Amino acid sequence: MSSSEIIRIRRGLNIKLQGRADRNFIQVERPFLYALKPPDFTGVLPKIIVKPGDLVKIGTPLFYDKNHPEIKFTAPVSGKIAEITRGERRRVLAIVIESDGRDDCLQFTKADPSALSREEILSNIIESGMWPVIRQRPYSVIADPGDNPKSIFISGFDTSPLAPEYDFLVRDFQNEFQKGIDALRKLTTGKIHLSLNEKTRSVETYLNVTGTEIHFFEGPHPAGNVGIQIHHIDPINKGDIVWFVGPLDVIRIGKLFLTGYIDNSNIVAVAGSEINRPGYYKSFRGASISPLLKNNLKEGENRFISGNVLTGSKIEKDGYIGFYDNQLTVIPEGKYYDFLGWAMPGLKKYSVSRSFFSWLNPLKEYRLDTNLKGGRRSFVLTGEYEKVLPMDIHPLYLIKAILAEDIDKMEQLGIYEVDEEDFALCEFICSSKTDVQAIIRKGLDLMKKEME
Amino acid sequence: MKFLRDFLDRIKPAFQKGGRYDRFHSTFEAFESLLFVPNKVTTSGSHIRDAMDMKRTMIIVVLALIPSLLFGIWNTGYQHFLSIGVDATFWKTVWFGFLKIFPLIVVSYVTGLSIEFFFAQIRGHEVNEGFLVTGLLIPLVLPVDVPLWTVIISTAFAVIIGKEVFGGTGMNIMNPALVARAFLFFAYPSQMSGDKVWIAGLNEGQGIVDGFSGSTILGQAALNSKEFVNGIGHTYGVWDMIFGTIPGSIGETSVIAIFIGAIFLIYTGVGSWKIITSVFAGGLFMGLLLNIFAVNEYMRLPFWEHMILGGFAFGAVFMATDPVTAAQTSRGKWIYGFLIGFLAILIRVLNPAYPEGVMLAILLMNVFAPLIDHYVVESNIKRRLRRVKVNS
Repeated sequence: MSSSEIIRIRRGLNIKLQGRADRNFIQVERPFLYALKPPDFTGVLPKIIVKPGDLVKIGTPLFYDKNHPEIKFTAPVSGKIAEITRGERRRVLAIVIESDGRDDCLQFTKADPSALSREEILSNIIESGMWPVIRQRPYSVIADPGDNPKSIFISGFDTSPLAPEYDFLVRDFQNEFQKGIDALRKLTTGKIHLSLNEKTRSVETYLNVTGTEIHFFEGPHPAGNVGIQIHHIDPINKGDIVWFVGPLDVIRIGKLFLTGYIDNSNIVAVAGSEINRPGYYKSFRGASISPLLKNNLKEGENRFISGNVLTGSKIEKDGYIGFYDNQLTVIPEGKYYDFLGWAMPGLKKYSVSRSFFSWLNPLKEYRLDTNLKGGRRSFVLTGEYEKVLPMDIHPLYLIKAILAEDIDKMEQLGIYEVDEEDFALCEFICSSKTDVQAIIRKGLDLMKKEME
Repeated sequence: MKFLRDFLDRIKPAFQKGGRYDRFHSTFEAFESLLFVPNKVTTSGSHIRDAMDMKRTMIIVVLALIPSLLFGIWNTGYQHFLSIGVDATFWKTVWFGFLKIFPLIVVSYVTGLSIEFFFAQIRGHEVNEGFLVTGLLIPLVLPVDVPLWTVIISTAFAVIIGKEVFGGTGMNIMNPALVARAFLFFAYPSQMSGDKVWIAGLNEGQGIVDGFSGSTILGQAALNSKEFVNGIGHTYGVWDMIFGTIPGSIGETSVIAIFIGAIFLIYTGVGSWKIITSVFAGGLFMGLLLNIFAVNEYMRLPFWEHMILGGFAFGAVFMATDPVTAAQTSRGKWIYGFLIGFLAILIRVLNPAYPEGVMLAILLMNVFAPLIDHYVVESNIKRRLRRVKVNS
């Protein structure tokens, strides 16, 4: 069933970058190394239960969350544990596995979700290590299986710069998607909201699914952010918990119940101005990105981002795609001095502001680099953030409440409704170069701690 | 620019930690970042950033002030030669004005920037660009014959008490340029008001045409004059007021020059059109009210004429729009601007002590801006709470 009205998002910004992935699947050789990175999981205190040399299969638990021991995090490939990479203060950065090329998988329950109880579905997903794909708002941490969420949200599209086009990726998986929805149906007494892009409506996988309420969104980024969609469909109030899942993970859940096995294959959109052949590369969850970059990289110092340029994380040239990401963006580093850059007309520069000229050519694609483009200052200009945040929230006041660590004010101003990714555009356009996303994350962590 | 970059790279280590001059690193960084946008890259959050930064914001405002500055330079000369009955050439007029105004600008910038550099250094911060604008605003709101030493003191006061004690750019409550002017007004009133200060040389009385009065139009209006005349008895027309060939503070007289600046500020998005529009709306409304209930000549001054007299237009475009001291919410900006215009005209016409009300109205609303925002935000909070009640 669908609500036929189209929700039009007016505030936001589509940043057009060079190097959009061509709608082709590209096969590359599988890498030797794979990793599961505990820092990918917000708020998780990992307790590692393997050591270098252990043999694992897909689905073998590697670590669990000290605060929620029932949540397992399992191996993405079969093989041998190569190393446990640690960083400052012995924080575990990655568990690296050498693949044996066989992709042996542990067996889990194969059954029709409609025939199973809520506990059985929960248990199957948790045992397989797939539970982390289900996250919650507020705080964007992994969902607590003991909660009964108000509803479950799925964003069927991604409007971030150079993001993968999901309509293209889910096309052939209608059955699996439906089974995934059937499983999720049992986990909540509320609705499953599926948000789709008005522009790419005719995706049968999405449209023919039963058990969801479909909403159409139209507008610039961040229309594809689940937080924005939640805000427009059924805003979060104090005390509410909603869950959200990505569409490819819904398909994986479906495959789990259909086959009893985990399918960790992953299509990674490799994109960005520094990629020679941008496209959709057939890869694997946790895979090293080296095969994706072979003969594919332009000269120069580059930044490798797991995810998109606004919210993704910096990885090394031989790093690993994050658990929740299926995009690799490569852009040039911007370690250069720009003579009188702030005073020049800057005809080639990209800015939302009309003090530059990029607004005259809205279709042009840019090769943007990582230069900060100015120094960090205190807040001066006002009214900027509101232009790219389509929520009924006063962004500057929320940020100030977080900086002042005023818990009550944060709650009153809507901290439960937001996530860093919703503020990524605010950070992008900020003329004072404020670390908005870091501040929002700090606020969410503070709030979570307070509420425990 | 390679030689410049190489030169800076060579001397840079001396200004960094452990170097001989590391206690001057803020100063070095200020000049280096003025010449070159720094080579720093993003380390957290969004990997790409918009090209807009604080320096560009400030340069936009400075550019918007240039028309008023240029006209002010010419007008200073024009009013002076009018007062001594000399018919001067265009370039002689401009040169006279330049010689009078340039020292004011230099003194303002040197005083203010020295203090800013000092504070930035002892805090270990980068020097903020805020004073690049304030330094130009201060001379433009002063009468041309104001003594330089008073400019030094008032600028120092404005930067230290008006800005730095609060934490520097972005933290101040009141508009620093207006704090400077208010300080001058209350501390050295004879140098700031009366009929002799607005036209260069009147105080010295040299060669002044017999009976020449240098009073501004507002000065005459305050005396309930029916007509406004210039020093040699010619009546001022509306066109004089719009064009700006009248006595007044250096930058405030030409509505056309201000208008050009306003268009530039609004087009680039640096100046809030909401504030500018609502200041005029408030002023027009008050002027209209006064016209309706007029009991004296000043109240009968046509409501629209207030917009082109005195510092109203300048204040509306360049002072009220200072984003740090104005209201920060969208709705707040409308209320803030309207009250500024409203109070400015009220103070002008009904208060005998102050011929000009714009400065005081803006400073007062600067103090109230947080309160206005508070209530706007409160309504957002209440909306959120009501949503919980509806759902439960």
